[in-house]
Order: sequence, then C-alpha cells, then structure tokens
Amino acid sequence: MKTIALTVDGVAVTVVEGASAAAAVAARTHVFHHSRTGHPRGPFCGMGQCFECRIRINGRLALACLERASSGMAITTGA
Amino acid sequence: MPEHFDILVLGAGPAGLAAARTAARSGLTVGLVDEQSAPGGQIGRRPIWLRPSRLRPSRAFRETIDALRSDSRITYFPGERVVACEKGPALVTETPHGCAMLTGGSLILATGARELVLPFPGWTLPGVMALGGLQVLAKGGWPVAGGGIVLAGSGPLLLASARTLRQAGAQIHAIVEQASRQAVLRFLAGLPAWPTKVLQTLAFAPGMLRMGYETDAFVVEALGQGVLEAVRIESRGRRRIVPCSYLGIGMGLIPNVEAARGLGCALEGNPHPAVAVNAFQETSQRGIYAAGEITGIGGAELARLEGAIAGYAAAGNLTRARALSARRAHWMRFGAHLMRQFALRDSIRQLAEPMTIICRCEDVTLGAIDQVSDAGTLKLLTRLGMGACQGRMCQPALAELRPRYRPGATSGIPRPPLFPARLETLAGLAPGEPL
Amino acid sequence: MNPDLIVIGAGIVGAAAALAATQAGLETVIVESAVPGAGVTGAGMGHLVILDDALLALSARSLELWRALPDHAGSEYRNTGTIWVAETADDLAGLAQQSIHLEAQNVTSRLLDGASLQALEPDLARDLPGGLLVPDDAIVYAPKALAYLLEQARSAGARLLLGRRVTRLTGGGVRFADGTTLTGAVLVATGSQGSELLPELPIAPRKGHLVVTERASASIRHQLVEAGYLRTVHEPGQATVAMNVQPRPEGQLLVGSSRESGIQDPGVSPGIVARMLRRVFRFLPTLREHSAIRIWSGFRPATPDGLPYIGRIPGRGQVWAALGHEGLGITTATGTAELLVDLMLERRGRIDPAPFDPARRMLAP
Ligand SMILES: Cc1cc2nc3c(=O)[nH]c(=O)nc-3n(C[C@H](O)[C@H](O)[C@H](O)COP(=O)(O)OP(=O)(O)OC[C@H]3O[C@@H](n4cnc5c(N)ncnc54)[C@H](O)[C@@H]3O)c2cc1C
Ligand SMILES: Cc1cc2nc3c(=O)[nH]c(=O)nc-3n(C[C@H](O)[C@H](O)[C@H](O)COP(=O)(O)OP(=O)(O)OC[C@H]3O[C@@H](n4cnc5c(N)ncnc54)[C@H](O)[C@@H]3O)c2cc1C
Ligand code: FES
Repeated sequence: MKTIALTVDGVAVTVVEGASAAAAVAARTHVFHHSRTGHPRGPFCGMGQCFECRIRINGRLALACLERASSGMAITTGA
Repeated sequence: MPEHFDILVLGAGPAGLAAARTAARSGLTVGLVDEQSAPGGQIGRRPIWLRPSRLRPSRAFRETIDALRSDSRITYFPGERVVACEKGPALVTETPHGCAMLTGGSLILATGARELVLPFPGWTLPGVMALGGLQVLAKGGWPVAGGGIVLAGSGPLLLASARTLRQAGAQIHAIVEQASRQAVLRFLAGLPAWPTKVLQTLAFAPGMLRMGYETDAFVVEALGQGVLEAVRIESRGRRRIVPCSYLGIGMGLIPNVEAARGLGCALEGNPHPAVAVNAFQETSQRGIYAAGEITGIGGAELARLEGAIAGYAAAGNLTRARALSARRAHWMRFGAHLMRQFALRDSIRQLAEPMTIICRCEDVTLGAIDQVSDAGTLKLLTRLGMGACQGRMCQPALAELRPRYRPGATSGIPRPPLFPARLETLAGLAPGEPL
Repeated sequence: MNPDLIVIGAGIVGAAAALAATQAGLETVIVESAVPGAGVTGAGMGHLVILDDALLALSARSLELWRALPDHAGSEYRNTGTIWVAETADDLAGLAQQSIHLEAQNVTSRLLDGASLQALEPDLARDLPGGLLVPDDAIVYAPKALAYLLEQARSAGARLLLGRRVTRLTGGGVRFADGTTLTGAVLVATGSQGSELLPELPIAPRKGHLVVTERASASIRHQLVEAGYLRTVHEPGQATVAMNVQPRPEGQLLVGSSRESGIQDPGVSPGIVARMLRRVFRFLPTLREHSAIRIWSGFRPATPDGLPYIGRIPGRGQVWAALGHEGLGITTATGTAELLVDLMLERRGRIDPAPFDPARRMLAP
C-alpha cells in the first residue's frame, strides 16, 4: 500500500494513502486538545458533529475526521 | 456569483445519492453537496484497507455512485460543509479554504443521523468514542489493531461496527447489548419479513458469538488516567472490569434535523424529533423535501427509497414517486421493528453523576445543570450547548436524562450558523456588496 | 402583606432598581412574566461603557456604582477598559474632544497615536491613526450580572415572583394574568414591552445582531469600539453598523454591532450581519478567519430622543418608570436605580433627573 508523509506538531508521520487526518494525528497522539477546564480530549463522533477532533491543517481550522491526510500537510493539534 | 441548479441535494448518503440520481434521470440539473471527501454517507465509506476493485457495496449503491461520475446533470461537491441554508433556497458552503453559494429551484435535505450517547462517568476520556464513530475512524485508518476494544450500546450497529473493526485487525474483548435477551430474540424472530436482513445477520452471527456478544449488559464507567484503560461493565446485576484501549458506545441514532429546522420545516417526535414529510417526502415548506434518516431512523434501504421518491417528486415525476411507496412502507416497518426492540433501559439514564460532564464543549456537569430548573436559565447561566458543537452532543443526551429539557421547551428561533462558520464566509452572505 | 414597591420586570434595570430600593429600606417585590433574562438583557453584550453624549453623567456614575458593588466577580466583571478606535484624522480629533468631556466627569482617558494603538492591540489594522483608551470601562456577562443583582436583592430581603405577567396597572398596584392583584407603588421596568402597560410612553424596538466566535487565539484585550459608533446610535437611519468587539474571559469574542429600526422579525438577517462583519474587518482584518458559533438578535428598547424614561408618571399616582435604555441598559442599570430611589425618597442625588423625566415625551392619552 502506498504511504504518504506529513507532519503532526512538527514531527514526521507516515500513513497509508486515503487515511483521514485523524488517523495521521493518532499515529502520534490520541489527545487532540484539552477542554475548557483542562481535560484531555480526542475524536468522539467520527463524523463531523462533536468538534473534539479539531486541528489546524497548514494553519487553517479543520475537523480531522472529515479531512483526508495528504502528502506534505502540516497538522497542529490543540486548536 | 452563486451556481444555480434545478435541484439542490444536501447530503450524499444513500438517500441523497438516490435523490440526485432520480432527479437527474427525470432530466433536471442537480447540485449535490456533502462534507465528506467521498460519497456514500455514514454507511458507504470504503475502508482504506480495501482496494477499490474489492469494493462490493450493493448493486443499487454502486450504480448510484457510478451515476455521479457518468451523469453530466449531477454536479457533486465533495468536502463542502453547508454552514447556512436560506429560503430561496440557497446553501452557503465552506471548506477549510473557501466558501461558495449554491442556489436551486428546490431543495432535498438528506443530512442523515448521528449517534446518541448518554453520558456516564469517564465518557470524555480519549479512547471512548461513539460506536459507529469508532467504526468510521477505523475505516479511515485509525490504528485500532493494538489495544483491545469493547463495544457497547444498542442495536445492529454493534454488529456492523464489530465486523469492520475485526477486519481492521482489532481485538474485541466484549460486545455488550443493553437490550434484553428476549428483545434481541424478538428482533431476530421478526427479521424474515426482510430477507436481506436475515442474510446480513447470518453473516455476522458466528463472529459475534466468538467475540463475546452478551445481552442485558452495559458499560457503567470508563476508567483511565488521561486516556481510556478499562471499562466497568454491568451485566445482570454483576459488575466486572475489562481492560481496553477503545470503547465504542452508542445507544442508537437520532436525525440531524438542524438544517431543516433552520428552514422552518415542521418536526415531529420526542425526545428526538425528525422532519415531518408527506407521501412525496415534501416537508411543511413548499419545495423543500427531506429523505433518509433525517425523517426517522430506518436503515439504508429505507433511506435509498425515500431519496428516490424525493428526487422524482421534486422533479414533478409523481407517478414514479408513487410507484415506490409500497416498498417504502415495507422498510418503514423494519425501522419501527428496530426501534421497538432496542428501546433503552432506564438504568442507562441514571449513570451520570453530579461530576459527570454533560456538555463536552463547555465542560458543564450534571451537578451544575441540576442547580437550575428551566431551559432559558440553563443556557444563560451554565453555557450548556453554547460551544462549537452547538448542542448537537449534549442536548439530545440531556433530553433523555432530564425530560424537562426535551425539545419544545428549549427550541426557540434557531440561531445560525448551521455549523460554526468563518466570519469571512458569513460576511459573503449578501451577494453583490463590495468589501 | 403589601409591599412598598412592586418592580415589574426582572431584566437588568428592574433587578438593579429592586436591589437599590431594598437597600434603601423599601419592602420590594419583583414580578416577572417569564424568567430573569428572558428580555433583552439575555441578548446583550455587557459592555459597561461611558458614552460621550447626553448619557455621559448617568453612565459615568453607573460605572462608579458597578465598581462599588461588593463581590462583583459574580457578574463576571472584568476591567478590560475600552479603546475607541479612530478610522480617520477627523475621528481622532473627535476622540480628543471626548477625552476632554470625560475629564470633566473625572473619568481618566488617554489618547493613543497609531503606534501605541498597535502596541496595545496588534490585531488592529495598521493604517489606523489612533484611538482613545478609557481604562476604567469594564465588561460583565449580562445574564450572570442579572442573576447576581437578583441574588443580592433577595438576600437584602426582596421577593421574586416568576412566571407572573402583569396585565394592567390598577391605580394602586397591579393585576396579574390570573386575575389576582397586588397593592403598592409600581415601577415599570419591562424593557421593550414598556408601552403595553404605559401606552403614553413611546418605545420602539431597535434590532441589533451579535456574533459569538469560538475560543481562539485572538490577542484582543480591550473592548474595541470604532469612534463612529455613536454616529450609528444617533442616526435615525434604517440600518447602521459599527465595529464593536468584546473579548470574553474564556477567549471567545462577541462581535457587533448593528441597529435596525422598524423591524419586528427576530430572525437573523444575513445581509445586515454581512455588512456588520465587513465593517469589523476594516478594523480587525485577522478576524476574517475566526469562526462564528452563533448569531442572534435582540431588540433594544429605544425612545424617540434616545434617552431613557426614569421617574414618576404624571397623573398615575405612585407609578414609576425605568424604561427605554436602548443599547446602554446594562451599563446604566445601576445609575438608573440610584436616581429612582433618590426620587422616590425625595433625596437630592448626584444625577440631574430632568433629562430623563417621562413627562417630556408623554403622548396625549
Ligand atoms: C457513524 C455511523 C455508522 C454507521 N454504520 C452503519 C453500518 O455499518 N451498517 C449499516 O447498515 N448502517 C450503518 N449506519 C446507519 C446508516 O448510515 C444509515 O442507515 C444510512 O446511511 C442513512 O442514510 P442517509 O442518506 O439518510 O444518511 P447518511 O448516510 O448519514 O448521509 C448523510 C450525509 O449528509 C452529510 N451532511 C450532513 N449535514 C451536512 C452539512 N451541513 N453539510 C454537508 N454535508 C452534510 C453527512 O456527512 C453524510 O455524508 C451508521 C450510521 C452512523 C451514524
Ligand atoms: C445586541 C445588543 C447588545 C447590547 N449591548 C449592550 C452593552 O454592551 N452594554 C449595555 O449597557 N447595554 C447593551 N445592550 C442594551 C441592554 O441589553 C438593554 O438596554 C437592557 O438589557 C435593558 O434591560 P431592561 O431590564 O430594561 O429590559 P429587559 O431585559 O427586556 O427586561 C424586561 C423584563 O420584563 C419582563 N416583562 C415584560 N412585560 C412584563 C409584564 N407585563 N409582566 C411581568 N414581566 C414583564 C420581561 O420578561 C423581561 O424579563 C445591548 C442590547 C442589544 C440588543
Ligand atoms: S470526531 Fe467528532 S467532529 Fe471529528
């Protein structure tokens, strides 16, 4: 299977082509952000409804479960 | 300038795809919008471990997806989320990079359903996910092969999800169904009326038993320091701890009615309303149709039929639309059968404790909610539902936990946008005004 | 047992008045047809701001009173200050005048040139010529401020009756929808619905929109209001917009403002929201990428001359009004309350009541 390379919080990650951006982040961490009162959180609904998987892709806000990972993407967590 | 189509379809799941196809077949131009990067909705996602050649969705489904490519009357906009709906009708869409406006002669809403998860202690730990959500994430390459998985909740989605996760290489430690053994047996006994469902169940069954499927059981607590490490399961009065890295949990599906409500379409049902439609899938607003699980939970077959009817009806092809109504009635009975047998046991509504977070966006606890007594004050003083998910997760859950907050009491004028939208997108809403 | 004073309406104005009256020794009952915050108080922004117009003295005194409230953290009170932002050299000259007017009320302010403005608020557009910092202005979360005032009033002895709609004034008190009555002096503080009980006082709802963003990385620290804001308040025109942005303590931004007259539909108007946001981008271009969670509208209770009605209603005995606070009622609730109680007890107060006397605008019965 073809893989693609990208970065998550500056660290290089490879995933299978077609993987979601969420899967790319999961290759590095399951904690996508911290809640208002500081609890660690990760993806919950998997379908764009809960906003727990919010990331930035090349600086733009996006939902990791709705986006596909692509080569060279720079993802940051904690959005 | 907005792009114009005879018919706009919002949602490219089974219902939206069928609607696009029948409307196009009737000679109309169709704009089909969906936030996912590929068509198929919640059920039609291709797992990344399958190569396209091995894709074996049902024939009707494959035809529909093929139609997208071959039918020049259908313009498909993948990866675009509709953030505002206007009468007219017009849809404002957004991607992480830009925005656009589409207008149409009529509109077919096929926004599907999401999962209902009732809060319980520990449910906000990373690793606890909605049941179908875990399935969907695994299909998208989320690494599930390592740690063990527990699946919990209710209904056939437990089985579908287990099957997918097994294919992804996961170790499934337990599958716990809250419904009673008798209810599950009654569900199975009723299935022969829908032979394809019997076949599906037979395909799942042996694996299920091997993976430890049990009824009358539910997860009462998720345990872990910072991430999920184990769950506590209660089964016929006995509790046990099962270590796991993931818990997929879902108590059923609820319609995504927000877009329809914003457009003024009448809703029906409580505590989880669906869009009310007539025999032609038309809503209370003329020219706005709704099809699929937005109108009630009934499975993909029903969604496809409703979509086809809506597409024909919106195109004025009423004879064709009418011809499908008997089959639709047949599959509606399946939906009703499903809902009846997998009704929730009340103890699931009692799991949340005062410290349990109900609103994940704003970290509002049940204890804080119980300090106020009416819906208006709840919003103003606790900020429940004021976060990014706009109440999509917490409000249905609260309607189950505290019936006084059922919709009707809380629903006022819907506040736009439909989903969080960039200010620049909203600033572009009035066409023709210079910046 | 009959109270000394019946306050109709548990909005911010009624709540502040009930607190002041109770503290002055009046036995007070607050009656509310729905729940506290059901009126426009629940929709407002909660900027405590001194305006340089006919409300200068009232708003300046109101800020002193807000500061003097004990434990006002319960209101989520934050001393953010306001920066009035100039777009043109003329604006800046106007702000210099404003600074002098504030000085006369003992209100500190500091003129900023373009560079100091940038240094304080780096998200502002670089071409802006300057601004005026009013450091003692503040913000509250209006629903919490209301809850706080009611709680203070209650612990001082006031009673709160919820779900009780007053259908008419009886002369010596009020009659409720269920036919029961209550006797006592009456303060009508029913906001935009003031004319229902007091038809002689014209009040026209003036629609405004607000957008709340997600918590995000904006570095805005002061409430930012464009210098032209007051023009939009006083313009009789159909629809006006002005940049008015508030940083919430949780990191969200409240983005306004708009004014529309002659509209009853409470639905959000996308066209006016678009105009409002474009105006905001003129000053805060980086906000374009922030995302909005919700947009809503509210109706400011506006009077024909822009001033509230505060005082006794001629010809109605012990019937008083505190109505028509337009877009400044959160701020001026405290000053209004003090003024009213001074009038009721026939005390000489700090604020000249004459401009607010309801008799000035009364329609022939
Ligand atoms: C997470 C999940 C997993 C499931 N897995 C299975 C399974 O394995 N087997 C099974 O038999 N059934 C499964 N189901 C049930 C099945 O998905 C439904 O029965 C069926 O898909 C309903 O079809 P639909 O067309 O009504 O809605 P959906 O398939 O839900 O399609 C709705 C589409 O609309 C899109 N959409 C919604 N709002 C917007 C918007 N504002 N902008 C842009 N796009 C939007 C959604 O992204 C989605 O693609 C699952 C359901 C869920 C929620
Ligand atoms: C978008 C917007 C932004 C704003 N921002 C600010 C700001 O930043 N700073 C500021 O100072 N002001 C602001 N305001 C203005 C402020 O919100 C109002 O001036 C203020 O809330 C008015 O309060 P009130 O108590 O007079 O009215 P309301 O809050 O409307 O209270 C009246 C109460 O009376 C009740 N009532 C009505 N009729 C009856 C009856 N017959 N019997 C019993 N009860 C009755 C109602 O239910 C209601 O609760 C803003 C307003 C808007 C719309
Ligand atoms: S996981 Fe819920 S929005 Fe992505």
